[in-house]
Amino acid sequence: MKSIAELEEIRKKALDKMGIRTNTEGYRVVVGMATCGIAAGARPVMNAFMEELNKRGIKNTSVTMTGCIGVCRLEPIVEVIDPDGNKTTYVKMNAEKAVRVVTEHIVNGRVCVDLTIGSEEKK
Amino acid sequence: MQIYRAHVLVCGGTGCVSSSSEKIMSEFETHLNNNNLTNEVKVVKTGCFGLCARGPIVVVYPEGCMYTMVKVEDVKEIVEEHLLKGRIVRRLLENKHDDEGVETSIEGVEFFKKQLRIALRNCGVINPELIEEYIAFDGYKALAKVLTEMTPEEVIDTIKRSGLRGRGGGGFPTGLKWEFTAKSQDDQKFVCCNADEGDPGAFMDRSVLEGDPHSVIEAMAIAGYAVGANQGYIYIRAEYPIAVKRLNIAIEQAKEYGLLGKNIFGTDFNFDLEIRLGAGAFVCGEETALMTSIEGKRGEPRPRPPFPAVKGLWNKPTLLNNVETYANIPPIINKGAEWFASIGTEKSKGTKVFAVGGNINNTGLVEVPMGTTLREVVYDIGGGIPNGKKFKAAQTGGPSGGCIPASHLDAPIDYDSLIQLGSMMGSGGLIVMDEDTCMVDIAKFFLEFTVDESCGKCPPCRIGTKRMLEILDRITEGKGEIEDITKLEVLAKNIKASALCGLGQTAPNPILSTLRYFKDEYMAHVTDKKCTAGVCKSMMQYVINADMCKSCGICAKVCPVKCISGEKKVPYVIDSSKCVKCGACMEKCPFKAIFKNV
Repeated sequence: MKSIAELEEIRKKALDKMGIRTNTEGYRVVVGMATCGIAAGARPVMNAFMEELNKRGIKNTSVTMTGCIGVCRLEPIVEVIDPDGNKTTYVKMNAEKAVRVVTEHIVNGRVCVDLTIGSEEKK
Repeated sequence: MQIYRAHVLVCGGTGCVSSSSEKIMSEFETHLNNNNLTNEVKVVKTGCFGLCARGPIVVVYPEGCMYTMVKVEDVKEIVEEHLLKGRIVRRLLENKHDDEGVETSIEGVEFFKKQLRIALRNCGVINPELIEEYIAFDGYKALAKVLTEMTPEEVIDTIKRSGLRGRGGGGFPTGLKWEFTAKSQDDQKFVCCNADEGDPGAFMDRSVLEGDPHSVIEAMAIAGYAVGANQGYIYIRAEYPIAVKRLNIAIEQAKEYGLLGKNIFGTDFNFDLEIRLGAGAFVCGEETALMTSIEGKRGEPRPRPPFPAVKGLWNKPTLLNNVETYANIPPIINKGAEWFASIGTEKSKGTKVFAVGGNINNTGLVEVPMGTTLREVVYDIGGGIPNGKKFKAAQTGGPSGGCIPASHLDAPIDYDSLIQLGSMMGSGGLIVMDEDTCMVDIAKFFLEFTVDESCGKCPPCRIGTKRMLEILDRITEGKGEIEDITKLEVLAKNIKASALCGLGQTAPNPILSTLRYFKDEYMAHVTDKKCTAGVCKSMMQYVINADMCKSCGICAKVCPVKCISGEKKVPYVIDSSKCVKCGACMEKCPFKAIFKNV
């Protein structure tokens, strides 16, 4: 170890890997993973979220699962909760849509309105 | 870089390892693999969470769910329900009382609410075998700050102003110790760490070394810089294999990163560290005996002065601190002396770790601010006494300490008030005793320990403690006389005044403090030949209540010496002359008709 800068670099890198244990800020992505969700293809959706977040190096976003939300016909369902606690519910998700949610919603803060439960119900 | 969506933290402390936490870890690996989750979920081995009574402990992040008493068979369910489907396995949660699912996180557990973790800050949070995780939580930042921004005098001044006192038991101001060693002039100085934790029931230092070994390594390097030493030794007992293993790993990693060795942080400061294993002699926790043992000689104390700060290891100035003392150093440097001094009481700053055991629900490791009352530790954190029994006394300081009776439950725990109560802080063992405890028997237990562990060098300890034990033996056998109590008092005071080292000087404390608060129990043993707690076997008898006995004969069947006789429709009788007082009959009697007659 030759300098404080070097130590700081190791610290940041290691903290990124452990952020999940300390992170209380940032977005939370909650994927419905009950039987209905899994049958409708929730796993590829979650994997797509993980991959995209990894690819972009976004560390303050956690991906968790939940049980059946109750609207099984709209599965796979994903809820995105922003740092202020506002919840957006996306329905009939797939891997491509997941990538879009990461890019538009989590990175740029713009809700993908056309994918939400509200716009689906209007159809 | 791989990011995981969940971390499964499995406790790798000695307590949980002995209840198969290692099997649980490998079971997690297996089931994660079966469910194709290995790329999403990471399993991490951590140090002690402190709630040892409820181990093995598993914490799942990001939710921070704390699962307790997890069995190998439960792992499949946790993986398939929680990690795959996101459904928390409620039956394994520590805080079950909350059915609404709001409070599923570790922060909500009652056991942790009144605790403040400084020395244990990383225990149960990081993987102790990965230096990167320690660095992530500001590890080695204090060492960097000290080496690049502070003079040795400034470091010592910071420690002095923080008010930190030795956590090994004595409570000597740490900053002063550092100053004395720094002022000694010599071509070679040493820094030592006392990890020879020997009090029965104490495991604070073991947990720090198992859960956060780097904090001790970092602090020793800081101490080396402050006092002018370039070589350190950690003296640890060989009975702590997990701690030794993790320390070795930690030292290796610190060397790889250049945090030990030459020119640390590009400065001209060099520091190296070695481990010395002790064979488990209690006396080697005494500083002069410890250093003699490091030198490779028989572990015996020597008179002081000269103090180690002047003549220590190989007659060179040596700084010796306890594990927990060292673990407090990096946070003090990082957050400042004022921050540390703001915690605790006027003369006892910061926090203290206690290993809580005995008749208490939450056996385990707790860290509380100095000045927390005994009641808070026993009832709020410790969860109270099992089976609705009454609190009788708490023993602190192990074989060197004393008992605090129920009348002082609201006494604040700090160095000075414990001394006033006739006990001492000690290294942090806290044994809770309920109403079924005989205080004479407790004094005897601790004295047996010191008699065994006396090194034999000085007569007051070698002969004196043995004589005291003989008197206690007589008293507990119902052969004591009233003069025995006076003899005990005289002997205790003389040994205290004349023994060579701390072991002998403090050996009478358990007797003196029980005599102080429970003299009536001693008197009952001596004059009435009665042990009210029903512990001393020669003073009690098992009897069968004839009205309650249904003549089932179960007692006669379990009796190992066949001293119970009777027949159908006639109450059974115990022949006291043959009874060995094992208590098996009382335990088995379906009608609760057998009693202890004291």
